Amino acid sequence: MNGEARTPGPYDATSGEARTPAPYDATSGEAHGSAPSRPWIGASVGRREDPRLLTGRGRFTDDIHLPGMLYAQFVRSTMAHATVTAIDLDGVRQVPGVVAAFTAADLDLGDITARLDRPRSEYVPTDMPVLARDRVRYAGEPLAIVVARDPYAAEDGLEAAKVTYEPRPPVTREADALAPGAPLVHDEAPGNTLVDVSMFATEGIDTVFAEAPCVVAVEARTGRQNALPLETRGAVASWDDREEQLLLQTSSQTPHQVRTVTARCLRLDERSVRVVVPDMGGGFGQKCVVGREEIATAAAALRLDRPVKWTEDRKDALTASFLAREQHYEARAAFDADGRVLALDADIVCDMGAYSCFPFTAGIEPLMASAEMPGVYKVPAYRVRARAITTNKAPSAPYRGVSRPQYVMVMERLFERAARELGVDAVELRRRNLITEFPYTGVNNITYDPGSYREALDLCERTLRDEGWYERRAAATAEGRHLGIGYSCFSERTGYGSTAFAQRKMEVVPGYDIAEARMDTSGALVVTTGTMSHGQSHETTMAQIAADQLGLDLAKVRIHQGDTDRVGYGWGTFASRSIAVGGSAVRLAAAKLGTKLRHLAAARWGVPTEETELGRGLVRRRGDQAQYFTYEQLADIAYLKAHLLPKGLEPGLSATATFDVFNDGTFSNAAHGVVVELHEGTGQVEILRYACVEDCGVAINPKVVEGQARGGIAQGIAGVLFEQITYDDQGEPSATSFMDYKVPTAHEIPNITVAHLETPCAFTETGAKGAGEGGTIGAPAAVLNAVNDALLPTGVELDSTPVTPETVARALERTATASPRPEYTRLERTR
Amino acid sequence: MSDTTHHPHHQQLIGLHVNGEQYEILTEPRRTLADALRHDLGITGTHVGCEHGICGACTVLLDDAPVRSCLMFAAQAEGARVRTVESLSDGRELSDLQQAFSAHHALQCGFCTPGFLMLAEGFLAERPDATKEEIREVVAANLCRCTGYQTIVEAIDDCAAARRRVAPTALAPAQDD
Amino acid sequence: MKPAAFTYHRARDVDGATRLLAELGDEAKLIAGGQSLVAMMNFRLARPRHLIDIGGIDGLDHLRTDAGGALRVGALATHHAVHTAPPDRLGPGHAVIRDAMRWIGHLPIRTRGTVGGSLAHADATAEWCLLATLLDAELTARGPGGRRRIAARDFFHGYYTTALEPHEMLTEITFPRPAPHAALTEFAERQGDFATVSAAVSLDLADDGALRGGRVALGGVDALPVRVPEAEEALGSGAPPGPETFARCAEAAAAAIDPPDDANGSAHYRRTLTRTLVTRACEEAMAR
Repeated sequence: MNGEARTPGPYDATSGEARTPAPYDATSGEAHGSAPSRPWIGASVGRREDPRLLTGRGRFTDDIHLPGMLYAQFVRSTMAHATVTAIDLDGVRQVPGVVAAFTAADLDLGDITARLDRPRSEYVPTDMPVLARDRVRYAGEPLAIVVARDPYAAEDGLEAAKVTYEPRPPVTREADALAPGAPLVHDEAPGNTLVDVSMFATEGIDTVFAEAPCVVAVEARTGRQNALPLETRGAVASWDDREEQLLLQTSSQTPHQVRTVTARCLRLDERSVRVVVPDMGGGFGQKCVVGREEIATAAAALRLDRPVKWTEDRKDALTASFLAREQHYEARAAFDADGRVLALDADIVCDMGAYSCFPFTAGIEPLMASAEMPGVYKVPAYRVRARAITTNKAPSAPYRGVSRPQYVMVMERLFERAARELGVDAVELRRRNLITEFPYTGVNNITYDPGSYREALDLCERTLRDEGWYERRAAATAEGRHLGIGYSCFSERTGYGSTAFAQRKMEVVPGYDIAEARMDTSGALVVTTGTMSHGQSHETTMAQIAADQLGLDLAKVRIHQGDTDRVGYGWGTFASRSIAVGGSAVRLAAAKLGTKLRHLAAARWGVPTEETELGRGLVRRRGDQAQYFTYEQLADIAYLKAHLLPKGLEPGLSATATFDVFNDGTFSNAAHGVVVELHEGTGQVEILRYACVEDCGVAINPKVVEGQARGGIAQGIAGVLFEQITYDDQGEPSATSFMDYKVPTAHEIPNITVAHLETPCAFTETGAKGAGEGGTIGAPAAVLNAVNDALLPTGVELDSTPVTPETVARALERTATASPRPEYTRLERTR
Repeated sequence: MSDTTHHPHHQQLIGLHVNGEQYEILTEPRRTLADALRHDLGITGTHVGCEHGICGACTVLLDDAPVRSCLMFAAQAEGARVRTVESLSDGRELSDLQQAFSAHHALQCGFCTPGFLMLAEGFLAERPDATKEEIREVVAANLCRCTGYQTIVEAIDDCAAARRRVAPTALAPAQDD
Repeated sequence: MKPAAFTYHRARDVDGATRLLAELGDEAKLIAGGQSLVAMMNFRLARPRHLIDIGGIDGLDHLRTDAGGALRVGALATHHAVHTAPPDRLGPGHAVIRDAMRWIGHLPIRTRGTVGGSLAHADATAEWCLLATLLDAELTARGPGGRRRIAARDFFHGYYTTALEPHEMLTEITFPRPAPHAALTEFAERQGDFATVSAAVSLDLADDGALRGGRVALGGVDALPVRVPEAEEALGSGAPPGPETFARCAEAAAAAIDPPDDANGSAHYRRTLTRTLVTRACEEAMAR
């Protein structure tokens, strides 16, 4: 392990307050050993990104204009499943303004192939061509690229394409895909199954279920969603003669992976491809896989020897981009009479659409769900089968939370249902079963590092109780209104290192990350990272980490990211990894640079390095406040007066560090509490109160963490109540606009309070855990539980999402025959 | 007789008055105002998010009123004053509204931000006394995928309150059209 | 999502516009605010070969209440102008019209979208279409042959189809008499979207508060906005205005309609919404 382990600090479960650090005092020069006090970490400083983004000076991919640039769009399949017998682009090439049009045959590119190192019984690899050749597997699949002098002419060109199809029966639903004799989406994947894993199967689990006094079951389906970054995907490709290099500017969370795949598909040395990511308008996972269109755009630019830009339009983004979340759970849980969970059994089917995404494959959802489903509960026996099926829909990619919004929802539904069966309060039931002693190794062979599972739930419940929501619910019931209170509690594995990712058995194994810290002659610092912020504020938070490590003013630190020529390799930003892993690398690189600065000062004084220490922007001689070198003075020597350098010290001031996690990762956790009112006669679900208590370890910038929580919760609410990508029976997408795909607005998303607990991570360099996904994970369960609580008198339980107003209205029609709300008996608290 | 006609694929000379400057562009009649601003004038602060008027990323002011620049053709903006996000601040000094957005962390990726800023700028000019509920209602005109909207509402409300403190005479409701 | 090419014409006056329409025939389309049309053009679901911009025609954005109490709204008045009209031009007798504006899309749509454009587009759930149906509006159209007036009940023919001839344009809509006790309400999964169902009610209340009758109109339950005589009977039965009467009215409305069954809502759900929204509209109309 890199760096030294820190023991978790004291943690304050009651205040729920962020630590407020002392304001930075640039003049005091106070320091503690080689680690100066840390005024920046924990401070909600303003974002470095803001000025340019607020003034319209941000530069997003579509803002780039290069001399001679052409514009690309794609001829896309109009059929969900067909053999393509001919693609005639002659008419396209005649359209005024069209410069060129290419099919797969014209470009001859390698396929995008993501693999898992698993036996064929568990995983079937499939190839995703950059442009479809003789077979199309979803409506919207790219068949040809049309390049024109302006985007309008490019679309004119699309209309002139003639594609001849021999239709095949489309496979659009799970039942159709798994039916015996079903048409095959990929001939090499029998049963339309790409991943099929059975795991854990604790011995004797069937007996446990047979003998348990309480067994509850949940069957849930979750709707297909679009991660929906507001900036659609896009790329600008151009050849740089001077560098003998393809420059691909693209909106990607993972620039190095794009470089790797682009080089492979174009059969170039990787050196010959440089991927640069401009400002990004969100990603949420949709942009952490390699897209076919960006590679086709690059190929067209090379072929035409002119810059080519592709900007995905919203219709394509909704229908032909990467999707996620369509899953089906059949789950059972057994409990003893005291409400202790005894066993969990789940069968999970994830509809991954037409192709495996790179690098995660179609295993992304089923492998996440099956490995982690027991979650925050002490589940002694567990059995799971998880499958990825392929259907004639646009393919799935990771989306914020990846399977966790779904399995947490199912787990929390199981607990709510068990509470009803047992006649106990659901929050008490959770308390009985939460992991409270750490580290805890679960039945799923995952070791959980310390968290505040119990404390978060306690605080969340206390918040709603203290605010009187339980009384308000009772009063509403008396008036014939329908208030419901719901909770979720969960943890989220963040900071996956190479070890954890290797368990997935992917062909390429993400995990570590890299940072390079370079001080210039003026003593200012540039830190280059392998992560790629796209809304997460890393230009601010990573700078806070580096500034603290070296005792620099924040203004002296600049973060650079998203350029594959600036660091050897990096894994980008996804899986809530950036602060935990990338932030640790930043701290280590800054620490290494600090050591270099001390070496240099020590040599000038002729003392051992141990007799120096870092202060605020300077190196001091230990025990003698009067003797110091400012960083500027040291940099002046290191760069401009190299003849003064002692033997063994090279000129320049830079340091590179990598960081990896060699255990199961670090778990952030949270509890969400929600109050809803259901409106009879419309079925509208109104969220009256949303309280989140979260613990992501040390919050580098609490306001940024709050923003991640709130935004994540908004996306979770969107999934549980509003959004769904739908298809007709022929596999034609029917949500083609924002009229049909109902992204919620400020009218639908409520105010959300976020309280912080802090259980520092022992093995990240800053004590931070990841914070990017938790909001999205907890919201569906909490909202759905609240809806079901409100529906309690009707006897109706809803387990599938999205829950539409019509569904709720129908359920409420049973109010007339409703039974009164049962009173729960409260279990004794056992610990 | 006095009607004017421009044919398809024929370039049309369009005069646009943007952020206090007069421009002339030669373009097809079908060019939307959003594309004309971004691609013909290189004023790229206005973003395009859906091209069917729902997301509001392209919101600009047309004669002081917030409008979707993807739902009108550049030719329709002739003779009107267009204001984009680039007009909000003088040089590098952020306007009070922009500062409020930053102070409240009302942006994350920043892609939707210019649209929200112009929406708020137009709305507050007409309704300086807007309540927080009215502000939330107006914020519901645009989509943000990052923030959950709360901080956007708070930023605009804060900015409006600060303006009222500075110029309490602006309290008279703006009812004129 | 870029529109197909078209020829752009800018009309200076109504005669010019209608003359162009007559010349160019079916392939021409008028554009005013364009808030529905341009979206459809960007999807290439609409692809007029000729676009006649009437946005610059002077004198068609008026808004005034006659001495007789009739409200005249120019076809080029924007929803936002109606929403913010001063009381001397749009008085309490037509408050239902002002208040209905809040349901139309959002502010940046209302600042561009026009009254005439909305009526001519004739979406079955559009607020202006419902108001016109409820309040017996009269629509004025001009063509090369001159002017004609069309009663709202004759104007809407079905989904996006109206009585307008291809060479005609709307110039004005007149609401003949005040409707001081009227309200429009609606429900959409996401506010600002086209309604799943919308309901509008106008109550005829005597000076002593007695209910003498009323009108009920619905959107989203048929191909065009509809009046519901069965529901109106409940308001004209001599029963006192109050929850029981309004519930009977709403129930009659729900029973009378034969709503579509589609992805936006089943027929059953639209009936449920009808019941709720008619009740709400009655209550709000009463509260005025």
